[in-house]
Amino acid sequence: MISLAGRDILHGWGKFTLTGLGLGLLIGVTLTMGGVYRGMVDDAMVLLDNSGADLWVVQQETLGPYAESSSIYDDTWRSVAGMPGVEAVSSVTYLTTQVRRGDEDVRAMVVGVDPGIPGSPGQPGYLAAGRHITRSHYEAVADAASGFRLGDEIRVRRNTYTVVGITRRMVSSGGDPMVFIPLKDAQEAQFLKDNDSILQQRRRTEANPSLNRPGIPGLLESVIASQGANQFVNAVLVRLLPGTDPESTAAHIRRWMRLEVYTREQMEEILLGKLIATSSRQIGMFLVILAIVSAAIVAFIIYTLTLGKIREIAVLKLIGTKNRTIVSMILQQAVGLGVLGFMTGKIAATFWAPFFPKFVLLQARDAVTGFVAVMVMCVLASILAIRAALKVDPADAIGG
Amino acid sequence: MKRLWKTIFLLLGVFSLTGLFLYVMMRSGPLAPVPVTAAEVEKRSIAPALYGIGVVESGAVFRIGPTSPGRVKDVFVQVGDLVEAGQKIGVMDPVDLDQRTAAQRASISRLEAVVRAAGARTSETAAKKKYAEAQSKRYDNLLKSGAVSVDSAEAKRQERQVTASAWASSNADLQAARAELERVRADLDALLSQKKNLDLVAPAPGLVSSRAAEPGTTVVAGQAVAEVIDIRDLRISVRFDQAMASGLRAGLPAEIVLRSRNGQVFSGTILRVEPIADPVTEELLAKAVFDAIPEVVPPLGELAEVTVTLPGLPDLPVVPDAALKRWNGSLGVWVIENGSIAFRPVKTGRRDLEGRVQIREGLKPGERVVAYSVKALTSKSRVKIYDTLEGIRQ
Repeated sequence: MISLAGRDILHGWGKFTLTGLGLGLLIGVTLTMGGVYRGMVDDAMVLLDNSGADLWVVQQETLGPYAESSSIYDDTWRSVAGMPGVEAVSSVTYLTTQVRRGDEDVRAMVVGVDPGIPGSPGQPGYLAAGRHITRSHYEAVADAASGFRLGDEIRVRRNTYTVVGITRRMVSSGGDPMVFIPLKDAQEAQFLKDNDSILQQRRRTEANPSLNRPGIPGLLESVIASQGANQFVNAVLVRLLPGTDPESTAAHIRRWMRLEVYTREQMEEILLGKLIATSSRQIGMFLVILAIVSAAIVAFIIYTLTLGKIREIAVLKLIGTKNRTIVSMILQQAVGLGVLGFMTGKIAATFWAPFFPKFVLLQARDAVTGFVAVMVMCVLASILAIRAALKVDPADAIGG
Repeated sequence: MKRLWKTIFLLLGVFSLTGLFLYVMMRSGPLAPVPVTAAEVEKRSIAPALYGIGVVESGAVFRIGPTSPGRVKDVFVQVGDLVEAGQKIGVMDPVDLDQRTAAQRASISRLEAVVRAAGARTSETAAKKKYAEAQSKRYDNLLKSGAVSVDSAEAKRQERQVTASAWASSNADLQAARAELERVRADLDALLSQKKNLDLVAPAPGLVSSRAAEPGTTVVAGQAVAEVIDIRDLRISVRFDQAMASGLRAGLPAEIVLRSRNGQVFSGTILRVEPIADPVTEELLAKAVFDAIPEVVPPLGELAEVTVTLPGLPDLPVVPDAALKRWNGSLGVWVIENGSIAFRPVKTGRRDLEGRVQIREGLKPGERVVAYSVKALTSKSRVKIYDTLEGIRQ
């Protein structure tokens, strides 16, 4: 038995292919949009994964360090290290700022980490080139997305750093690439002002008669020195001993150290539910509309494609073709169009996804869902077309 | 014929599309292999180095100022001047000290005259006393021979006693005048030393680093008018992160890079490690000295980077620090065997500044481990080994 659908496709193959490709690009856009949404959520998740922490110790009554600013004293880690169930701790600072290389600048999240042996909390978990930070000052490990390369001299606020390592997929929840620098430099970068402000501050202090008293030599110098000092970090990252209940250690720290502590689940909740909530809902809304529009367009295309063949169908009916054959022809064509479109869309999305400035995560699960949705749409749309085809009067074949 | 070609083209199109689709499905997402690079475990010696930041300091900074409150009269040096030991660098306003000295000198002149007058009177009374003694003696003899009356001899004797008292009195006056002169002279000396104390003098040769008060300024006791640094004793006060300072000790060679000298390296030595560490910043403090003072003396307070190279360690298996990963709660490496990977926990030793880490336990030389990867690996990851990950998008 010859395939009526195949014959028809062969007959108008140019039209069929172009329609399929057009449909594919539309499906590709929808899949990409889904990928953008997934990427956004994934950015927030990798931020938590990369920190390597089980608990985040932050300032009381803040949602720090990612969603709100938090400042705690930099010796807090010592007391946290003594809490039950704690395996390793390290202080960390986060600062989103412009990092300059020559004349250009890149928006990046500057992370201050303890430059100890790799594997301690806060340090990048893996590298794509170079090495970890080994000096306690003026070295940086940058994410590849920042565009920095090994050996580059980059400037964060007051100091210049040499890029010694490159990471991949180390981004902030907003998708900005991370730049890791030693903690002490990062504290300076975050809390110490620029040279002009320091100069202004010194002048103001000198002009203050109560701080610049003639009878007390050295008072002014001490006051100025104390203004330049900084003893704050944003958070203490805690890694727990295997098998420890995070909540019990967290409760202990909350109770005895008067600090806020978040577990991994709570941090996810903060990031997804608060930090990226609006922007992800925005993308999600757009994704829903795009999916509906794509589905409508798929349906309309299949419907109009069938209507365009209404005269041929009338002829088929006239020569006594069974309804079943006509139904299966329309259904096969619709499904064929859907498969062609989906394949094109998936290929297109995969090829253009890496060129997006932010991460686009194409999940296999989403692809399967997309495929099922496309097929369902095609079948539904072809039902409309089938209704129209079956209602056609064979007389139309010869009528005007 | 035309129909056949069309079919062939269509079939080709369908096949290539399907092929491309399968390729895409396999090369992206969870099924795709992770691009990695491999590194071989080497058995070698590494020389760990310590890296610290410090500031240029002088071993001796002389803050030169007055010992009592007063007004600065003059400062003779400018910042940057080289001074000798004992050189006068400034002077305090003496207020009334000069006038008091002049008064004291006048007193001395007056007292000298008084001493001279007292001396003359002593001579006079001495002469009178001598004459009276001679007269008294002669009259006593004459009285024995009966040539003079008792009355006359008595008168002469009395005269002798009066002149002796007068002489004693004038002698005492002379001594008092001399003592007074002595006192006033001592007072003058005191005033002169006080005047000298107003001179601000450099205690050692050095460089004037600051001129803190201008003429006319009132300063309190101990406040510096000028600062002089001893440039023969330049040193760098270095701070080493405590966690990364094992092996630091006096006598180790050090490389010193001054911030303003654009990478020029000076050789130096660790002079001492301070017995007290900084508990707030969690750093060890040490002093490094230049082997030879730079020709252009660096300004005090300039930032310097000090790298101390420790002696080489015995040969041990060594991997790049990028190979160390934390997985399932332990630190280890991903060992590559027959194209697949397996995690192996290791015990690490020291690390050098190039990022080479000693492996004390867990690896043998010649084994291959994952150095770099484009994402975190798990035990289910498939890997594909590249020479470099640069330019590989995933």
